[in-house]
Amino acid sequence: MMKYLKFILLGVVFGIMFTKAEVISWYRIQEMFRFESFHMYGVIGSAVVLGAIGTAIIKHWRMKDLYGNTILFQDKQRTWPRYIIGGTIFGLGWALTGACPGPMFTLVGAGHPVFLVTIASAIAGTWAYGALKDRLPH
Amino acid sequence: MSLLEFLRQPWPWYVAGPIIAAVYLMLLWFGKSFGISATLHAACSMLGAGKRIPFFRFDWRTQLWNLLFVLGALIGGFIASTWLSSPTPPALAPAFTEWAAANGIQSWATGMAPTELFGWEQLLTVRGLVMMVIGGFLVGFGSRYAGGCTSGHAISGLSNLQLPSLVAVIGFFIGGLTVTWLLLPHILAL
Repeated sequence: MMKYLKFILLGVVFGIMFTKAEVISWYRIQEMFRFESFHMYGVIGSAVVLGAIGTAIIKHWRMKDLYGNTILFQDKQRTWPRYIIGGTIFGLGWALTGACPGPMFTLVGAGHPVFLVTIASAIAGTWAYGALKDRLPH
Repeated sequence: MSLLEFLRQPWPWYVAGPIIAAVYLMLLWFGKSFGISATLHAACSMLGAGKRIPFFRFDWRTQLWNLLFVLGALIGGFIASTWLSSPTPPALAPAFTEWAAANGIQSWATGMAPTELFGWEQLLTVRGLVMMVIGGFLVGFGSRYAGGCTSGHAISGLSNLQLPSLVAVIGFFIGGLTVTWLLLPHILAL
């Protein structure tokens, strides 16, 4: 149980931040795509800069995780169609719902339970991708 | 100012971004990798999608930690909206709120999604179906097709300087800009 508790607690902090910083806000996502505010660019940009510094440090010193295993990073496959086509499809859904997968869950807790339907649809979309995978260009 | 009052203010981007980076690094330290759409993949497997589709033939329990993480994110949303809600409306750009009002969206001062568009009653409308149901479907389909979502590509991938992730993020913006600038005006008019 303790093994899993840390993930729930980390998720709670994440969900509080998502709500308080309005990352789960449909309005903030529209504002971002309309280039009317720096807010979301600041959120994602600062996360990436700090994440990249942390990643470089972990790699340089070959740091180990909690269980003593060296932290490894997998390179993404270098086949391009899947990223541009899949990414574009994802972006269409992101702007329609105003939510990527993480915020969908937080929205359910934050007074918008109808996003349970959106999560169910996202599961159905993932299922459909799995069924069609071999027929799609990657 | 009490601690509670302090926490109840809207959190600026320079607080949110570092917390996201910290969560990404904490998950690495816990021996995991940050990628939330993997929970959708695991959910399919848990629901039996692997019976017919090899893509879902894996032990979803390897993602149990991630499912618990998003459960936590849901609880966090409840805590923040119940006990930490801001005393003031979100500081959205004036140009944006003008656009919202002109399009019949008045509820931006409260809540995180417009109740005019996202609610149980709206599920019975074409507009609601497009935004909530088709929108969700595209998020699930696209994230798995691209091999990750905002967390897996924009945060984990870009932090690791992965060119494929940059291409995916460019795709996210092509899709998002298409909806916001080309499709949304028509969808809102439905």
